Amino acid sequence: MRSPVSSYLLHRARSLTDALRVMRDAPGTVPLAGCTDIYVALEFGRPPGARYLDLSTLAPLRRITLTGDTLSIGAMATYTSIIRSRLVRARLPMLVSAAREVGGAQIQHRGTIGGNIANASPAGDTLPVLSVAGATIVLRSAGGERRVPFTEFYTGYRTSRRESGELIVAIEVPRVEGQQWFRKVGTRAAQAISKVVMAGVRSSAPRLALGSVAATVVRLPATEAALAGGASLDEAARVLAGEIAPIDDLRSTADYRRAVAVNLLRQFWGETQAS
Amino acid sequence: MQFTLNGAAVELTVPPMKRLLDVLREECSLTGTKEGCGEGECGACTVLLDGAPVVSCLVPVAQVEGHEVTTIEGLGGDHPLQHAFLQEVGAQCGICTPGMIMAALSLGPKPSLAQMRSALAGNLCRCTGYEAIYRAIRAAGTATRAVTRPPNAGRAP
Repeated sequence: MRSPVSSYLLHRARSLTDALRVMRDAPGTVPLAGCTDIYVALEFGRPPGARYLDLSTLAPLRRITLTGDTLSIGAMATYTSIIRSRLVRARLPMLVSAAREVGGAQIQHRGTIGGNIANASPAGDTLPVLSVAGATIVLRSAGGERRVPFTEFYTGYRTSRRESGELIVAIEVPRVEGQQWFRKVGTRAAQAISKVVMAGVRSSAPRLALGSVAATVVRLPATEAALAGGASLDEAARVLAGEIAPIDDLRSTADYRRAVAVNLLRQFWGETQAS
Repeated sequence: MQFTLNGAAVELTVPPMKRLLDVLREECSLTGTKEGCGEGECGACTVLLDGAPVVSCLVPVAQVEGHEVTTIEGLGGDHPLQHAFLQEVGAQCGICTPGMIMAALSLGPKPSLAQMRSALAGNLCRCTGYEAIYRAIRAAGTATRAVTRPPNAGRAP
């Protein structure tokens, strides 16, 4: 059943300072931007709150910049702007691949990377990419700014270290050494939530992350160590199968997910080369 | 709040979180924009927001304040894509058709099959099997261009 949206309050942020003041003074306020997750929740009668803060007015948070060797992606950057960004294409092509597989054009024009992170779904398409890229999340509150490594951001199913007064303002990504790889497996190419999603970086210290196989996106330290140590692909596949604990749910089964995860590892290794 | 709808200024008093889809249909009496799923999956409610296709079921109306919205009515009924969808039988039940056409507006004059599939990836049709839709878009050919200045500006209430 639909949520009574007409009764909800929406504050349109006039500036980042204004937004942070609202986050501090009105606990329980839900920030929104592209609305591609929140309006689905509202449609299903699962409103995340009754008081909302619109960040779509904050144009400075849409910027994608390179400072020194750090790529900074504003939290309000849409998937479309990521796909079109020369900087992202050059530095983080696996994020472009992930952005292209989010929904269809209509969703890509609206959805933001900050929203994908804040929504904290284990199936978020960009999350394995940010995990293997060594990204850092920049959080801002009325009290100041702090940085949290992406791999330490999630604390459990749909929970994170973001505190109630904080907003995600940017994602910082260092130079990624090695060949980048991404693949999402769902029921169809577009508009489907992943059954399994993998990002990988092939280098002397390979990095792998999987979505939709645990309560949060996960790195695979044991599999990474096996690959770095020169294990055969069959050995690494066995390590991977033991390292993840997927579940049966409405989108897939644990057995299918484990089989696909192993197949993705093989595909990643077959399609990339040691530098 | 005010915004530009099919080229004309509109001023409305509406709850800010109301869906753009409902405002178009109920407040503006523009019922060409259809509701399919209501959860951003089907693309039937596609409109252009500042020239880019978006699903109006996932847009709080407050976010279009000061922006430009174009609906199927903004094409005026004489657009080459509309004619081509008729001629090539690109529509059967018709629910997906306005959204298909609004999404197809972003394509260039001679789109490849891959480009059409990508542009319409967010639009579901359960009748045609898509082939007739792709034929229609190809037939509309060079006239298929993104509409930022609709031909019949001023039609909105």
